[in-house]
Amino acid sequence: MTTRIVELRKGILKKNDELAAGLRANYSAAGVLVLNLVSSPGTGKTEFLEVTLREMKARGARVAALVGDLETDNDARRLAASGAPVRQINTHGICHLDAEMIGKHLDGWEGVALDGLDYLFIENVGNLVCPSSYDLGEGIRVALLSVTEGEDKPLKYPTLFNSADAAVITKMDLAGPCGFNRELALHNINEIRPGIRIFETSAKTGTGIDEWLAYLAEERASRSA
Amino acid sequence: MHELSIVASIVDTVTESVAAYPGARVVEVRLRVGALASVIEDSLQFCYGIATEGTPLEGSRLVVNILPVVVHCAACAADVELEGLQSFRCPCCGEPCSDLRQGRELEIEAIEIDEVEEAV
Ligand SMILES: Nc1nc2c(ncn2[C@@H]2O[C@H](COP(=O)(O)OP(=O)(O)OP(=O)(O)O)[C@@H](O)[C@H]2O)c(=O)[nH]1
Ligand SMILES: [Mg+2]
Ligand SMILES: [Zn+2]
Repeated sequence: MTTRIVELRKGILKKNDELAAGLRANYSAAGVLVLNLVSSPGTGKTEFLEVTLREMKARGARVAALVGDLETDNDARRLAASGAPVRQINTHGICHLDAEMIGKHLDGWEGVALDGLDYLFIENVGNLVCPSSYDLGEGIRVALLSVTEGEDKPLKYPTLFNSADAAVITKMDLAGPCGFNRELALHNINEIRPGIRIFETSAKTGTGIDEWLAYLAEERASRSA
Repeated sequence: MHELSIVASIVDTVTESVAAYPGARVVEVRLRVGALASVIEDSLQFCYGIATEGTPLEGSRLVVNILPVVVHCAACAADVELEGLQSFRCPCCGEPCSDLRQGRELEIEAIEIDEVEEAV
């Protein structure tokens, strides 16, 4: 018997990475800016997206959303109230979205074609660990953090915050009652992802939403230039 | 927890690769895992035992090499290793560093196999 070492050097998530690269090329050819929203369960992704979709539609942008959920279609129904096309992705127990699920749900999405969109928002499954490993081909990954869940979240989940392109603090209307330490939260996010754009928002009062919308428009313009 | 799907992907890849060596037995599978890859070695090991049953990988060892995070520090004009994951600052000069050079790897580096000698 002989022992042999075989060098493989193969990415374990190679299949997802390749599918994501294909999606990214499609998004870019269609001129659509894709955002992947990740956070803990209950941070306020759906609420934040509802406001975003509604406000963007009112400004004439062509928007749509895919929303991942373990079992229900509650979030999709909430988002559909904005009038934007929304499609639910039930992961049936899988704790993250992957590129294959996105590809499948983009194909055969009645009435929605990538080249008819300016922005596509993807609400990931509420989870701070697994979604960070799965590239969906997005242009911008957004990590959300609510004022109620502790200023040290970025330190506890550095992978997720480090892989984000923008951070959104949600539920700022509750900052006072929760004794939210704003400086500490901003500091912690910056320790993990130096220089990241941070938006301090409330979906209930509309705080910070204009700044967020302006950022989206700028990003889209700079990418399609 | 997505360790089970990671292990399933390892089993697929290794099974494909050893098909080129008929009769060979997999002894060891070596991974390179970045400290930011968000996989937990204990869970990997646990899933590995289960997921390899009845495959060419059954009974093999899983070796997980954890790679530290490396960032590029513009001020020092050098790639520097971070000591932990709590602060993305250069350990030499204290500058914040967002230019990641290593830490998200998740790959099968190599496998060790025992080949049966060919009968002469
Ligand atoms: N006060 C306040 N409450 C909010 C805000 N945004 C969301 N909430 C509340 O927080 C709860 C969770 O919000 P969701 O938008 O469902 O959170 P999510 O991140 O989509 O949750 P999952 O999809 O389950 O991961 C709901 O009760 C919302 O009404 C906000 O800006 N202010
Ligand atoms: Mg939701
Ligand atoms: Zn330095």
